[in-house]
Amino acid sequence: MNTSALPATLADIVDDFQALTEPERLQLLLEFSHGLPELPERLRDHPELLEQVVECQTPLFLTIETEPADGGAPERVRLYFKAPKEAPTTRGFAGVLHEGLDGLSAAEILAVPDDMPEQLGLTRAITPLRMRGMTAMLGRIKRKVAALASRPSPAQA
Amino acid sequence: MPYPVEQNDKFAAYAHPGRLVSTEWLATEIEAGALDGGKLVVVESDEDVLLYETGHIPGAVKIDWHTDLNDEVERDYIDGLAFAALAEAKGISRDSTVVIYGDKSNWWAAYALWVFTLFGHEDVRLLDGGRDKWIAEGHALSTETTVPTPGTYPVVERNDAPIRAFKEDVLAHLGKPLIDVRSAEEYTGQRTHMPAYPEEGALRGGHIPTAASIPWARAAAGDGTYRNRGELEALYLGEAGLKPGDDVVAYCRIGERSSHTWFALKYLLGFDTVRNYDGSWTEWGNAVRVPIAKGAERGTVPAGY
Repeated sequence: MNTSALPATLADIVDDFQALTEPERLQLLLEFSHGLPELPERLRDHPELLEQVVECQTPLFLTIETEPADGGAPERVRLYFKAPKEAPTTRGFAGVLHEGLDGLSAAEILAVPDDMPEQLGLTRAITPLRMRGMTAMLGRIKRKVAALASRPSPAQA
Repeated sequence: MPYPVEQNDKFAAYAHPGRLVSTEWLATEIEAGALDGGKLVVVESDEDVLLYETGHIPGAVKIDWHTDLNDEVERDYIDGLAFAALAEAKGISRDSTVVIYGDKSNWWAAYALWVFTLFGHEDVRLLDGGRDKWIAEGHALSTETTVPTPGTYPVVERNDAPIRAFKEDVLAHLGKPLIDVRSAEEYTGQRTHMPAYPEEGALRGGHIPTAASIPWARAAAGDGTYRNRGELEALYLGEAGLKPGDDVVAYCRIGERSSHTWFALKYLLGFDTVRNYDGSWTEWGNAVRVPIAKGAERGTVPAGY
């Protein structure tokens, strides 16, 4: 599998999935669901700041923020997800995207191919129907990042 | 020799009390060692394919509605050979008593039970209240994947006709009672899929003319158990207008939610002829030249049908 188009961390995750058998991939997805960080307190009490990805079978909410990077590098995009414990598959994908994309620049995130979730090799094990919500999750992140990237910079405002 | 049936007042009022077991009953039976030897097999069937792995009833096996029960290529269920292989791998024999439970008020569990019934598995029951009630009551959970002793299962071909309706059957059925179990928005045609669920692609919105709208979850109480007999009668005989002995077809979007209603009509109210139209709206809403009614009214069967 050619993962050269992916940011390094995400490419490593895809390689990890690819190296496993199908049941092991599901187990790894479950581990990612456990690894999804809790929302920071300032977002926990403000559900209105999160946006629902309606294409997911179970309620998934996400938002993005930016923070300055060191030494004049482009600002970093931070990702925040909320999904119930009863939805481990959705949480697992959120966990993959969080670990693979959190802290990257807008340009790096926008360069991730839309079909990246397919590269995890889970489509057969979790069915194309369930994969659709996962692809929608990446799509929503990219749309939100694109909207941020196109906003006027503070100097122009 | 089937496993003994649970006796309690709520179940006794149903037409076929032996089709349900309570969480207390199951906990007691498991405690007494019922799962040793394969006479009683507990199956978890959920919407989320990984939920079983996060914790399940100790000794329960997992069957996924999509990856295990649906054919991978054709839009159909698995055949007798695949079902026998699945059952054996899950420790189920032809004479095993199977208790199925799952998330979301047993929505997917009822679907799995319906598929077991296509293969004529004799003793298959639902855990009233399902996974959520079991957990809410603090019963034991395990994250250990159950490795069952393989069962012995003959190759039995599916017998679809008694409980499964195809599109042609529904067209021939028009004029007789239909129950649409989808949300009000789907029934009226305002939307073609469940709120907050993926768009599964239906080109037209609305309902099959004359179908009564009784969203599936109305058959469930707050704790996910089935409503009692009187409440179910008020819903289906009163509101939907069914009469004892009616020939009924239930449908939803892909046949899952309507399995829950099918179970209530067939086993709790005792309608002999109830079929689940699993093609449901994802077929009807895409089919060429089938009648559709829009809006909250049931509509009438158009001339020529």
